[in-house]
Amino acid sequence: MMQWETVIGLEVHVQLATKSKIFSGASTAFGAEPNSQACAVDLGLPGVLPVLNEAAVAMAVKFGLGINAEIPEVSVFDRKNYFYPDLPKGYQTSQMYHPIVGAGEVEISLDDGATKRIRVHHAHLEEDAGKSLHEDYHGMTGIDLNRAGTPLLEIVSEPDMRSAKEAAAYLKAIHAIVTYLGISDGNMAEGSMRCDVNVSVRPKGQEAFGTRAEVKNVNSFRFVERAIAYEVERQIELIEDGGTVVQETRLFDPEADETRSMRTKEEANDYRYFPCPDLLPVVLDRAYVDHLRSTLPELPAEKRARFEGELGLSAYDASVLASSRAMAEYFEAVKDACGDAKQAANWVQGELSGALNRESLSIEQSPVSAKQLGELITRVLDDTINGKAAKQVFQALWNGEGDSADAIIDAKGLKQVTDSGAIEAMIDQVIADSPVQVAQYRDAEPDKRGKMIGYFVGQVMKASRGTANPQQVNALLKEKLDQA
Amino acid sequence: MHDKTLTQLARALADGETSSRELTETLLGRIDRLDGRLNSFISVTHEQALAAADAADALRAKGQAGPLTGLPLALKDIFCTNGVKTSCGSKMLDNFIAPYDATVVEKLNAAGTVSLGKTNMDEFAMGSSNENSHYGPVKNPWDLNAVPGGSSGGSAAAVAAGLVPAAMGTDTGGSIRQPAAFCGITGLKPTYGRVSRYGIIAYASSLDQAGPMARSAEDCALLLGTIAGHDLRDSTSVARGVPDYTAELGESLSGLKIGLPKEYFGDGLAPEVEQAVREAIKVYESLGASVHEVSLPHTHYAIPAYYVIAPAEASSNLSRYDGVRFGHRCDAPSDLIDLYKRSRDEGFGEEVKRRILIGTHTLSEGFFDAYYTKAQQVRRLIRQDFIDAFEEVDVLMGPASPTPAFDLGANKDPVSMYLQDIYTIAVNLAGIPGISVPAGFAGQRPIGLQILGPHFAESQLLNVAHQFQQATDWHQRRPALAEESA
Repeated sequence: MMQWETVIGLEVHVQLATKSKIFSGASTAFGAEPNSQACAVDLGLPGVLPVLNEAAVAMAVKFGLGINAEIPEVSVFDRKNYFYPDLPKGYQTSQMYHPIVGAGEVEISLDDGATKRIRVHHAHLEEDAGKSLHEDYHGMTGIDLNRAGTPLLEIVSEPDMRSAKEAAAYLKAIHAIVTYLGISDGNMAEGSMRCDVNVSVRPKGQEAFGTRAEVKNVNSFRFVERAIAYEVERQIELIEDGGTVVQETRLFDPEADETRSMRTKEEANDYRYFPCPDLLPVVLDRAYVDHLRSTLPELPAEKRARFEGELGLSAYDASVLASSRAMAEYFEAVKDACGDAKQAANWVQGELSGALNRESLSIEQSPVSAKQLGELITRVLDDTINGKAAKQVFQALWNGEGDSADAIIDAKGLKQVTDSGAIEAMIDQVIADSPVQVAQYRDAEPDKRGKMIGYFVGQVMKASRGTANPQQVNALLKEKLDQA
Repeated sequence: MHDKTLTQLARALADGETSSRELTETLLGRIDRLDGRLNSFISVTHEQALAAADAADALRAKGQAGPLTGLPLALKDIFCTNGVKTSCGSKMLDNFIAPYDATVVEKLNAAGTVSLGKTNMDEFAMGSSNENSHYGPVKNPWDLNAVPGGSSGGSAAAVAAGLVPAAMGTDTGGSIRQPAAFCGITGLKPTYGRVSRYGIIAYASSLDQAGPMARSAEDCALLLGTIAGHDLRDSTSVARGVPDYTAELGESLSGLKIGLPKEYFGDGLAPEVEQAVREAIKVYESLGASVHEVSLPHTHYAIPAYYVIAPAEASSNLSRYDGVRFGHRCDAPSDLIDLYKRSRDEGFGEEVKRRILIGTHTLSEGFFDAYYTKAQQVRRLIRQDFIDAFEEVDVLMGPASPTPAFDLGANKDPVSMYLQDIYTIAVNLAGIPGISVPAGFAGQRPIGLQILGPHFAESQLLNVAHQFQQATDWHQRRPALAEESA
């Protein structure tokens, strides 16, 4: 059996979170009545001219700085010419030859905690097209131009990924960077991030790339993995059956979970790119770029390194907690409130994430605030409550049964009993009530006793309604049982 | 009234000799009576004009009139005009009522001028004779067998015939200056970027520029001061102060250095045109100017370079006319491709299709570098030619066109038509300003002298033209048709 290697490159389109469009003053808000947010410029009326939105430029440059890319002094807008009903001017204004962001790189983290650098070839600014609506028009097609002119940053990677998992990790890393930077809402369901995947295979060890297929319409983290898995299998089968892969554009169908040919290289459009004569070249002076650099927040890779290095978290924990800005901010707020990074990480990743997942909530929607969770952890750390009670307190906070951990602890009487006299009294009672078990314990070899003591601990905890300090219970029980 | 200049009419209005209402009614009456023979208007906006005239008179009564308040004029049908059909001379836009005003229109309205209507033009400004209009050719008021020039032929004919004292044109390769020359009026193409292109239906974006066409350089100065200036809606308009062009018209020409590009006096130049131009130069010498021969060595590459760049931009600019959102749509399309093909085939005229084809070809993969990239290199050399020449001289002079107005239907071959623009086209490629002033006749057909200056030297150009008009009366001649009481 031949060993195959997969080679993947991604083109990610990120909708920039500007208030108005890239070349007009119309709003970019999602979900408005069709064509209510398309002005004369977006409609491509005769005589209108584009005016570049400086906010889009600033966002693109921030992204470039965020991936340590070269920022060329001059970039130029070109026209990409083709006819389509939702493309009002008959061309898309894009950047073909002189993009705003040059070569850079993105660090991805893999499941085993390892990291890998993926090179970005460039990123360029362009305008989005409108939407063709095929339903509910009695055989006709409706055109909604609200989206026409929305600024997009197209981020083109080098073919540096070697598995579907790496591709998904790359997409997640891009998602994290743009949301950290606040330049996109990253909402994939609303199309704020869309992805085309270039896939090829080659025999392991071979240097030359195989012929690639471009798969379009891969618009979620999950679809990226599925589309690649399908495409890799298709290509390998094709070659092993004696066929050859043709260079073509394919469409991913998430319903059927397969890719289908859209057009071959021969059928490809000649877009007749040329510099847009209505727009001047964008010239960025150093001071402007330096100013933007000074506004950059700490980005995922730096955060991950700090969580690992300064806070002593595991590589895996650091990577998960740094994966989104919201997650990282929540974690840091919990950590600041309780003063213990490891405990904060355990709670956020354990109890909190579990609850969020069960109810399909995002961290932003968590009913338990970071401050509340931090206080709860503080009460564990200062021995006010034990771990078991802490879970009850968390559940109560989640259900909205109280405003703070302290209030719930009081209301439910979960304060841990550490008075050894009280604990001793409960132990004595349990020993008195369990003559059979005590006899068995005392007859057992010392190395078997460790397991048997669990029964007594359980009885004492039960008697204390969970509030006794388990370490104390354990120690005192051992002392008393071993005495005789 | 109808043969007065804008400046004279402004004075008459200020002195209360006439009202904007009276002036507007008089000229609308002339249009109704005479334009059937000229076809210089596509739309005459009687109602809006009279309403604007009354508003202007009311403003004057309140003592709030500006220098242009109440003055009538016309707009080439390439300027988007809110609520008015804006056809660009094309069947494609025969049904297009612009929903907004071009910046030029907005500025003219704000100044209180009164638009009488939209003038005829070559379809999408592609042509040098006005024979490419969907609305039929325009006749030259000096000789109804002759073309008025193009593409701003309607504007030029209307001004020459005394239908309006001034009109707005656009110039991509000579479309203001050549018709001005053919019709015996004064036409200025400003520096690229001097006047906003917003709302002007695009032909070739890197070359298009709007400018005034009138009966004197003084009138052009008045209008340029109104329409010029930076516009945030046009990124290619230049942020640079607008001088008072009228105030700078008094300068003496003593010591002025005039360059005569030797390439502008070569083969193909009609002898009567050359003679008129040389006579005009003598007038300048008598005014104290000195004359120097200069060279613009890349002149002969201007037409080929233009016919790569302009069609390339046009092929893209005209893609929006696809029958989907506005403009002509074919009947009962069978599918999307059929909709595109037939709408465009039916909506565009032959010359427009020719240029779309040329432009589509020159931008195609495998041809782009040979054509487009090379043409842009040539363009830089042509621009440098002018910059070098202006190191030596203040202005350049030569003919606006190699011949006087030719007969309707005389230039059937597109290439011979393209060669008409040999003296004007390089000016657009270089982005510099140029003005054509009346300088004589060949029989009854006028001849134009073209004067060129460095970027943003409109003040100087206008003064140089104005001084000539102080010393000669070519610009005061009127065609017989204009004098008919009709």
